Amino acid sequence: MTINIYIPRDAGALALGAEKVAAAAREEIEKRGLDAKIVRNGSRGMFWLEPMVEVQTAEGRVAYGPVKPGDVAGLFDAGLIEGGAHDLALGRPEKIPFLAKQTRLTFARCGIIDPVSLEDYEAHGGLRGLRNALEKTPLGIVEEVTESGLRGRGGAGFPTGIKWKTVHDTDDPQKYIVCNADEGDSGTFSDRMIMEGDPFVLIEGMVIAGIATGATRGYVYLRSEYPNVHRILNEAIDAARAAGMLGKSVLGSEYAFDMEVRVGAGAYVCGEETALLDSLEGKRGQVRAKPPLPAHEGLFGKPTVINNVISLASVPIILDKGGAITAISAWAVRAAPFRSRSPAM
Amino acid sequence: MQQARTEIAAAVEPIIDRWKGEEGPLLPILNGIQRELGHVPRESLPIIAEALNLTRAEVYGVVSFYHDYREKPAGRHVLKLCRAEACQSMGGDAVAEKLQKLLGIRFHETSADGAVTLEPVYCLGLCACAPSAMLDGEVIGRLDEARVEEIAAEVRA
Repeated sequence: MTINIYIPRDAGALALGAEKVAAAAREEIEKRGLDAKIVRNGSRGMFWLEPMVEVQTAEGRVAYGPVKPGDVAGLFDAGLIEGGAHDLALGRPEKIPFLAKQTRLTFARCGIIDPVSLEDYEAHGGLRGLRNALEKTPLGIVEEVTESGLRGRGGAGFPTGIKWKTVHDTDDPQKYIVCNADEGDSGTFSDRMIMEGDPFVLIEGMVIAGIATGATRGYVYLRSEYPNVHRILNEAIDAARAAGMLGKSVLGSEYAFDMEVRVGAGAYVCGEETALLDSLEGKRGQVRAKPPLPAHEGLFGKPTVINNVISLASVPIILDKGGAITAISAWAVRAAPFRSRSPAM
Repeated sequence: MQQARTEIAAAVEPIIDRWKGEEGPLLPILNGIQRELGHVPRESLPIIAEALNLTRAEVYGVVSFYHDYREKPAGRHVLKLCRAEACQSMGGDAVAEKLQKLLGIRFHETSADGAVTLEPVYCLGLCACAPSAMLDGEVIGRLDEARVEEIAAEVRA
């Protein structure tokens, strides 16, 4: 059986030499005639261990890191593909204290799957939220999101369900879902990580938002500082379209939804939602006066849901777990002093 | 001059045609021109304005608003150094000084031999391996003196 060797294509790992590590590993596989293939996953977020190489063994994954290109031959000598002992061996990645203490929901697949393989995504619980959503009425979906207590992850914390309800209640044949991926504040890169490590979860969230509110078109407004995200998102959108997750009939349903990525041009203010909408329209990114709210008059004057990346990426798990997520939220009420019912997951 | 204009039109028109029928086509067109030509030449603005039924002033207003668009061609290499808070806290100031000294240029300048343009960038999302930079679209983390010297040698080679 072909053995999977995971080497991240997350920008953080690339900045620390993952591309050269992958090239060296490819060379070793060929030279040694091994039945192994390299999967370019996202990052699990342990950047002090990147590039972290993982190998699938019978006992689960085994990690090595941080790996330099010069370490690769030695790792293969040490029997990397059977999870052999080496100075860089870290054991099972999920046992590393940083990960062992975490319960990941939104980021559950990040760093584990091949980010552009829809098959891998589905094998790890992807699309369950969308399938459940297709069983509900649009209003039923909105109610589920409201019930979860999800609040906007961009920082303002506005209840996502209420925003969706406002757009749902408008009567316009053309509505939009806009994802704010203009993550500009230094020190934060969760949007980048999820878009590079599990882009389908964002696509799924946007599709669900479209079905819930009656929007048929989505835009991801991505900052130009993230070219690696742009590549990965586009690959994922193409794969989603080819598989019928996007298009005239989402997964064979009566709902249509399609989306594309639009790249900004280095204006920090475009992270503000109304400036972002102006920028998408092809104008200078200037803040609009409110009202009208984007939910009433947003992109091109049409009713628009504009949500942060993580807000939208949190939606599939909410539609997947339904009532269970509420239980998690109840736990959060006890845990969080600010009574935010939806911790970052 | 006339020839330069024709060349610009030849480069710009296919990009305009690709996006003209889409919603909000101006930024994708400008991004496409900058990717193709390395800058957004003045001569392209009336062509865009006419195709999108905008005034030249409107197009110029957009071009001048966004930091990414250059009026003049960049050097053969474009080096963007992160100057945002996380990188500053990890020694980014010293890296910036050293790099400017080694390249003999300040930020927003292109070296006299046309080898490299140095630009500041505000967060590449690589805060966990700061200070960071992007050279011709490739990301580089944990910059230190030695790495900066390597980069300077590489772009001047």
